[in-house]
Amino acid sequence: MIESIESALSFLPDGLVTLIIVIGKILALVLPLMGAVAYLTLAERKVIGYMQVRIGPNRVGPRGLLQPIADAVKLMFKETIFPANANRFLFISAPVLTLAPSLAAWAVVPMNDSLVISNIDASLLYILAMTSLGVYGVIIAGWASNSKYAFLGALRSAAQIVSYEIAMGFALVGVLVAAGSLNLGEIVDAQRGSLGILNWYLIPLLPLFLVYFISGVAETNRAPFDVAEGESEIVAGFHVEYSSMTFSVFFLAEYANMILIALLTSIMFLGGWLSPLNGILPSSLLAGEGFVAGLLGDGIHWLLIKTSFFLFLFLWFRATFPRYRYDQIMRLGWKVFIPITIVWLLVAAALVVGKVGPWFN
Amino acid sequence: MTAITNYFKSLILAELFRGLMLTGKYFFRKKITVQYPEEKTPMSHRFRGLHAQRRYPNGEERCIACKLCEAVCPALAIVIDSEEREDGTRRTTRYDIDLTKCIFCGFCEEACPVDAIVETRHFEYFGESKGDLYMTKEKLLAVGDRLEKQIAADRAADAPYR
Repeated sequence: MIESIESALSFLPDGLVTLIIVIGKILALVLPLMGAVAYLTLAERKVIGYMQVRIGPNRVGPRGLLQPIADAVKLMFKETIFPANANRFLFISAPVLTLAPSLAAWAVVPMNDSLVISNIDASLLYILAMTSLGVYGVIIAGWASNSKYAFLGALRSAAQIVSYEIAMGFALVGVLVAAGSLNLGEIVDAQRGSLGILNWYLIPLLPLFLVYFISGVAETNRAPFDVAEGESEIVAGFHVEYSSMTFSVFFLAEYANMILIALLTSIMFLGGWLSPLNGILPSSLLAGEGFVAGLLGDGIHWLLIKTSFFLFLFLWFRATFPRYRYDQIMRLGWKVFIPITIVWLLVAAALVVGKVGPWFN
Repeated sequence: MTAITNYFKSLILAELFRGLMLTGKYFFRKKITVQYPEEKTPMSHRFRGLHAQRRYPNGEERCIACKLCEAVCPALAIVIDSEEREDGTRRTTRYDIDLTKCIFCGFCEEACPVDAIVETRHFEYFGESKGDLYMTKEKLLAVGDRLEKQIAADRAADAPYR
């Protein structure tokens, strides 16, 4: 498809064609992502409502389906309020600094063998770098707001994200050891095998999977690790003073990060776009052309289903667990997760060296 | 020993999974939300809502200006002035209830010897400007005229318990 667009635009200079195609790719990723973020907020309210035996928003549109649009319109028309004595430049740049890395990380996330904006070899490293950068937005927001609640929230968030970054990084090193590659596409390919689900890294790297996902929840400041917002303690944490679009940009970044973590978890541990039916159904049904093969075989829809499952887990956690105490968060990160990941790193290395099947032979 | 078993129990996240199971179960429960303007919860005939002044079937107002309600009102929301009418009966010239002071305790209703002041089931009222929630005698009588059927039915339903 891209080739046909290239040939249609061949009358333009080369650089311009490349630029148009790159921008087209970015739009094709970001627009659905924004839609997903909008509807994730609705899903969150609905799921948590259902778990609390309520029905959630149902007034705007059929079954409340237009609620995110109403919310977006409302936020856009609100006034951005600057607190007295706030540092205006930093105050404005903080939401941008939060959103930019969380969107930038998406550039290297593959949707299937070919659907990726930039297929670089160090994509795992790049993602780790980008997700860590998000904390600067939070710190700057807390500092620029000139408010004690925002400042406390920013401090908490900074300490928490930095602590969980380590466990997360170690978990990713485990995946790197297992797959022998930093490229996300190759990591998925390394999980391909005749046994289907059993070939996924979920089984040999189970502790790393748990650590990675839980650290991801902590990294995105979601319940039960949402001390940075802690509405019952410090009002709303780092974004108390933000209103209107500046607030919604924080919101977008948080939810884009959630989706990213869910997507990465499914790529690295659940075989990404690989079909779970491999090894169950005969391969003649899964391979080749045709609607049935497309539906049952590998494809982007499996990745989306796995991602949705993890997103549901995010919401489920929020509806279930009370907020961790601050020292407990630190204890969990430093004294539980890091030792577990280091030990399992050795185990994974041993499995790889010993060529233990069915994953590493 | 228990410390070690507890350690491993926490490591396999057993309690967290139990918590998740609980909320997971409630996810599929029947939802109990009442969609308010369309659906309403059942209401007792003793419900204490907006006040009303009643009349006898012949159109004569019930209130005899005994001022028991004014005396019993714990919020001092009722103000009554009275005089002798041409036919020699004692009647109110002023009967005001300030709904912003009223605590809807129902004491006025209990104190009334002639069932003149009552509280109705009507609670979805509002004021658009200052003074709208200051009920005068005329307003109270108008409410009574409007809701008399319901008021009478509610008194009849409560009579066996008195």
